[in-house]
Amino acid sequence: MSAITTDLSATELSKGANLSSWLAPLIVVAFAYIVVPLIGGSYLFEAILLPFLALSLAGVGLNILTGYAGQVSLGSAAFMAAGAFAAYNFNLRVEGLPLVASIVLSGIVAAAIGIVFGLPSLRLRGFYLAVSTLAAQFFVQWALTKFSWFSNDSASGVIDAPKLCIAGFEFDGAVGRYLFALTVVVILTFLAYRLVSSQTGRNFIAIRDNEIAARIIGIPVLRTKLLAFAISSFIIGVAGVIWAFAYLRTVEPAGFDLDRSFQILFIIIIGGLASIRGAFLGAALIVVFPLALSRLGNFLLGDVFDSGVLDMSQRIVLGALIILFLILEPDGLVALWDRVRRRLLLAWQSS
Amino acid sequence: MPISSHAFGAIEASVYAPEIFAQGLPAAPRQAHEEPRQLAAEDAAPLLSLEGIGLSFGGVIALAEVDLSVRPGEIRAIIGPNGAGKSSLINVISGVYRADRGHVRLNGARYAQVPTQRLARLGVARTFQNLALFKGLNVLDNVASGIAYRTRSNFAGQILGIGRSRREQADQRGRADQILEFLHLTGVRDRLAGTLPYGLQKRVELARALVAEPRLLLLDEPMAGMTAGEKSEMAAYVRAARDRFATTVVLIEHDVGVVMGLSDRIAVLDYGRKIADGTPDEIRNDQRVIDAYLGVASENEEGAGI
Ligand SMILES: Nc1ncnc2c1ncn2[C@@H]1O[C@H](COP(=O)(O)OP(=O)(O)OP(=O)(O)O)[C@@H](O)[C@H]1O
Ligand SMILES: [Mg+2]
Repeated sequence: MSAITTDLSATELSKGANLSSWLAPLIVVAFAYIVVPLIGGSYLFEAILLPFLALSLAGVGLNILTGYAGQVSLGSAAFMAAGAFAAYNFNLRVEGLPLVASIVLSGIVAAAIGIVFGLPSLRLRGFYLAVSTLAAQFFVQWALTKFSWFSNDSASGVIDAPKLCIAGFEFDGAVGRYLFALTVVVILTFLAYRLVSSQTGRNFIAIRDNEIAARIIGIPVLRTKLLAFAISSFIIGVAGVIWAFAYLRTVEPAGFDLDRSFQILFIIIIGGLASIRGAFLGAALIVVFPLALSRLGNFLLGDVFDSGVLDMSQRIVLGALIILFLILEPDGLVALWDRVRRRLLLAWQSS
Repeated sequence: MPISSHAFGAIEASVYAPEIFAQGLPAAPRQAHEEPRQLAAEDAAPLLSLEGIGLSFGGVIALAEVDLSVRPGEIRAIIGPNGAGKSSLINVISGVYRADRGHVRLNGARYAQVPTQRLARLGVARTFQNLALFKGLNVLDNVASGIAYRTRSNFAGQILGIGRSRREQADQRGRADQILEFLHLTGVRDRLAGTLPYGLQKRVELARALVAEPRLLLLDEPMAGMTAGEKSEMAAYVRAARDRFATTVVLIEHDVGVVMGLSDRIAVLDYGRKIADGTPDEIRNDQRVIDAYLGVASENEEGAGI
């Protein structure tokens, strides 16, 4: 028989990996809940961890659509904006609505918009679909700026976040908002993980890998694509709520521009497509990298390295990084991470 | 590979791979035919028939006036040179293409275009000339996806892991495991489909089609690009699948030796037209077939194309 051998050690290895695949995230989450609040200063929370959490969640959402279901989207920031402004309005206009309910409802609003702008995917693919999702990007931003009702008639559409209060407990200060964001991200990431390892998640992959074959074996292609848009937009919408309510506290529609959409796309490309972990690794790099670059620039060049130079060098280095990743490591940081870990494990075992 | 020396000899595939037949098969879920050839009697109502199928792409006539009938339980081969329209015919039967003229009759219902989305429910499964596996899924899940259309639980139930979705998943993977065992693929069960050698990927595609226990199985060059040994192995699997699941098979294959040994009846296409139709013996002695195809078989051996 050609090339069929039962590899016992491989199955045993995968059993071990199964345990560690649960253990590792558990340790990370425990660390994030218990240790980080004790050691972190407000700079860590405000400048690094809060944007990191919001962008990671947006990355998880986009990865479901693009990484798993294979539908390219350039409209992520629009769904973040939709989520943020929907939550703001639910909270403002519905008396006594619990914060959790406004968050869930805002996700549903983002999902509905996602379905509408996902309709072209039933006809278009790849590049053409990406361009058509730009419509979402421009339409949502335009609507939020044009109709001041969305921002309760405030100047230039700026909204202020309400108090983060759940069941009488107030998430106050940087640490409080961090714990709030962390909780939302952990819950949604867990659900996203369950989704991608379910039959529905496998249907996403089937449609991505071979749409005609998927249709032939009876996977409901149209419904599944729209479902991917809906779920992805829900998650990205909630990420927008975190961005607005927990991280920045005051936002305007201009903050959710095309640049932000690209940023989220870069996160999943650098982190690794079709990987939940990848969204976190990618977001970490995207958040930490400009800060590190500015420190390094100041250290090496002193005053010459002003904000203009910083901005430009950021774009150049980021662009170079993306090209490098696409060429050298198309599977992203996750693949790099796994390879390094395997090497270390082997080295450790042999010693 | 060079033109097979047995190109005209009707050597039974089982001669090459007797071990596949010798070993016991898992319990058949459906009544298998004792004598498939007997059942496929002349007067049995056809399971599938094509009536006056015409199809062209721009100026290229892919199919013209093609009639074809397929009886229950038979292995029906379609042969012909490159570009003769064989794949187009399978694409019409499976609804991937809509014929410009003519009809497809399936289980008595008549279609201008077969509804692709309902194909699996109609009891039709197919494989593709070019590999069409889901590269990002492992072998087991690729095969299990062949019965994903039966899933009733929705995504919310699956995320929460409610009883039905668990049962469905266990059931579908269980069935997939049976097929993997049947096709001797258990050893690669957990490998990503895209990392397998070509021949095995072809076999996984057969498994994905078979897991739905189709009444009609359409195979577009399942042995293309294989070594002689792999080909006879595959031929044995096709026959075993027919015998075990009582599946009717429409088979496109370039290797005339394999086709002669495996099929009950053969239709020959040339430039989109059917130039001959009959038993292997009749085809072997048909002058038009010899002129159009058999005489140049060596050039078409590997058969590339859509
Ligand atoms: N989607 C398509 N668009 C344009 N032309 C097509 C298409 N599909 C098939 N054709 C043309 O129709 C003719 C028949 O092609 P088909 O693929 O059915 O041949 P085939 O018998 O399967 O050949 P091969 O042995 O190479 O697989 C060819 O001339 C081919 O170029
Ligand atoms: Mg073909």
